[in-house]
Amino acid sequence: MTKTSIKSRRARETRLKAYGIASISFALIMLATLLISIGLNGYSALQQAYFKVEVSIDVEKFIDESGALNNKKMNLFNWDSLVQSALIEMFPAVKDRDEKKELFAIISANSGYDLKETVKSNPLRNGSQNLAVWLHLSDDADQYLKGRLSIEIPEEDRRISDKQIAWVDSLVERDIAKLKFNKTFFTSADSREPESAGILGSVIGSALTLFVTIIFALPLAVMAAIYLEYFAKPGRITDFIEVNVNNLAAVPSIVFGLLGLSVFLSTFGLPRSAPLVGGLVLGLMTLPTIIIASRASIRSIPPSIREAALGLGASKMQAALHHVLPLAAPGILTGTIIGMAQALGETAPLLMIGMVAFIIDIPTTFTSSATAMPVQIYMWSDSAERAFYERSSLAILFLVAFLISMNLLAVVLRKKFEKKW
Amino acid sequence: MNNLLKFFTAAIAATVLSTGSLIAREGDQISIVGSSTVFPFSTIVAERFAKNTDFKAPVIESTGTGGGAKLFCAGIGLDHPDVTNASRAMKSSEKETCTANGITPVEYMIGFDGITFSNSNKAQQYSLTKEEIFKAVSAKIMSNGKMVDNGYKRWSDINPSLPSVKIDVLAPPPSSGTRDAFVELVMHDTCKKVYKMSKDDYKASCSALREDGAVTEAGENDNLIIEKLAANQGRFGIFGYSFLDQNKDKVQGSIVNGVAPSMETIADSSYKVSRPLFFYVKKEHVGVVPGLQEFADYFMSLTVSGSPLEAAGLIPKP
Repeated sequence: MTKTSIKSRRARETRLKAYGIASISFALIMLATLLISIGLNGYSALQQAYFKVEVSIDVEKFIDESGALNNKKMNLFNWDSLVQSALIEMFPAVKDRDEKKELFAIISANSGYDLKETVKSNPLRNGSQNLAVWLHLSDDADQYLKGRLSIEIPEEDRRISDKQIAWVDSLVERDIAKLKFNKTFFTSADSREPESAGILGSVIGSALTLFVTIIFALPLAVMAAIYLEYFAKPGRITDFIEVNVNNLAAVPSIVFGLLGLSVFLSTFGLPRSAPLVGGLVLGLMTLPTIIIASRASIRSIPPSIREAALGLGASKMQAALHHVLPLAAPGILTGTIIGMAQALGETAPLLMIGMVAFIIDIPTTFTSSATAMPVQIYMWSDSAERAFYERSSLAILFLVAFLISMNLLAVVLRKKFEKKW
Repeated sequence: MNNLLKFFTAAIAATVLSTGSLIAREGDQISIVGSSTVFPFSTIVAERFAKNTDFKAPVIESTGTGGGAKLFCAGIGLDHPDVTNASRAMKSSEKETCTANGITPVEYMIGFDGITFSNSNKAQQYSLTKEEIFKAVSAKIMSNGKMVDNGYKRWSDINPSLPSVKIDVLAPPPSSGTRDAFVELVMHDTCKKVYKMSKDDYKASCSALREDGAVTEAGENDNLIIEKLAANQGRFGIFGYSFLDQNKDKVQGSIVNGVAPSMETIADSSYKVSRPLFFYVKKEHVGVVPGLQEFADYFMSLTVSGSPLEAAGLIPKP
């Protein structure tokens, strides 16, 4: 009788353990599948197809009286045709107008602009100069070189024609076209041309936004937590506040976007698409999360510490700020970093305040127009061009890496400062 | 701890001060809102404009035509957008709001966008009237002068000369501008012209699509709709002409009221399920926001055949 009951209890225990292992492995397999599939789609975006052109540039033409490069003069020059004629020189057989158009389609539509920027960044002197520059091939040529376009299907169904394939192949044979590290992806902001598009604009946008978020939310949340733990008298009002803080933590994020639209934009007249407003909205959103974490952390500090401080004549404020808060800091920090990580991944509230936008310039201040990383991923994955697909995958990996390091930081900080009682 | 406290106090003060001094948008950047259909064209123009001139790149948001008009007409000043894109002409109610706020919208028509009713090109090409499409997709249909639930199961039930194939249509979601235009150009138009209904009546009873399985709502991803049409020959999809143009190897557009969709028929408006695309410039901001007039002129200079906008699917004015 006892024996069978022990046996069945043990069997139940084994089963429970097996269920636990099964759930964990299921979660791990799913995570691995996700990361691997995104990784396989995205790793090729680390490279980009470039081609080399040699052009001769008469710098004298662009210099004004003061001896500096003049933007107006540079804008008036037809840089596109300079690149195009260099390309024609590589393929002298191309004469026909339609054929030329087809040839120009294998290089980036921004080639002329990129050349202009290169000339601007290395100022040349002393008249005419020969310059060898690596410029982007078009996204279709890039995808072809990476083997991401199938060329077995009939020509009319393809994004790249037989002629274009032959041209690209010939460039590669002559060693003036190859896949190189995709620096553009990490140094530029959004573009309509996949080969010119990068994530730097959105990374800086996210950083500016999160800075405002933490400056806004952390002090407010800590003050609120200290008040609720130490000063608030238990009663209806405190209960009411408590229930509302907990409710606020569960409010869908889009609601905070609407709030931001009506309060910060309509009432205060703050600018649209600005990291300042984005940060305030995300700050409101993470406020309850940090309050709850801070309260839990403050509560976990043994009351004896505070009582000892009070007993030795410290005021309530001194006890809270000098004794409890430093001990509670690791827990508060962990809560804050988790809240920040959550804010980093949000797009919905940003939609309402105009941060879901096409922005070519890299933001520099808290009021310049900016997007955030998840918004950039969303916008790229919505684009028709195949090359944006791999770029959005790479951007996802980048975002995930960012989140993992933030969470890691939270763990490390907690381990470092944690006190055992 | 005290240091930490001081740091935060200083940081808050700094944030508040910078907020106070930089209250509005930096004035040298054009702000554009509006239609998601015009968005891809607008972004192409904006990027080329920024790269070829000294002006700063415009900021473009895809808010939908109605949302864009609301923001645009809200007021004058740098905290309101300078340009709104629209996949239909501005409504008179919107114009009234604009006028009431002292805004004069200047209209620019950039070209056309056709809406196609397409199926796999392995199946036969259908020739339909707007009324027949209405009967296939509408939740309510006209029967003896009354609107009743739609019971048509097969195309041959609607018109015996059509094949006996189950009605199966993929429609864009309600958030899409294509859906709005389809409802207006096909469904409302049928109720207005064929059934002679009043505006309130057709808005009330001719706006809903079937929910009995004959019409399925597809996501915003038009590429996915193309794949589903290629996989199932009995199925139809509703999407913009640019997607048909890029996928002619897989799908074909049905003939509507005797005209097949093509660049030419949409441009000369003989294909009736097409809409003009616009953008509106705030006249009061011209001269205040640098490059606004230049941007508008640059946009118009690209709305010709052979331009990158045509390659992206815009149908230029004839």
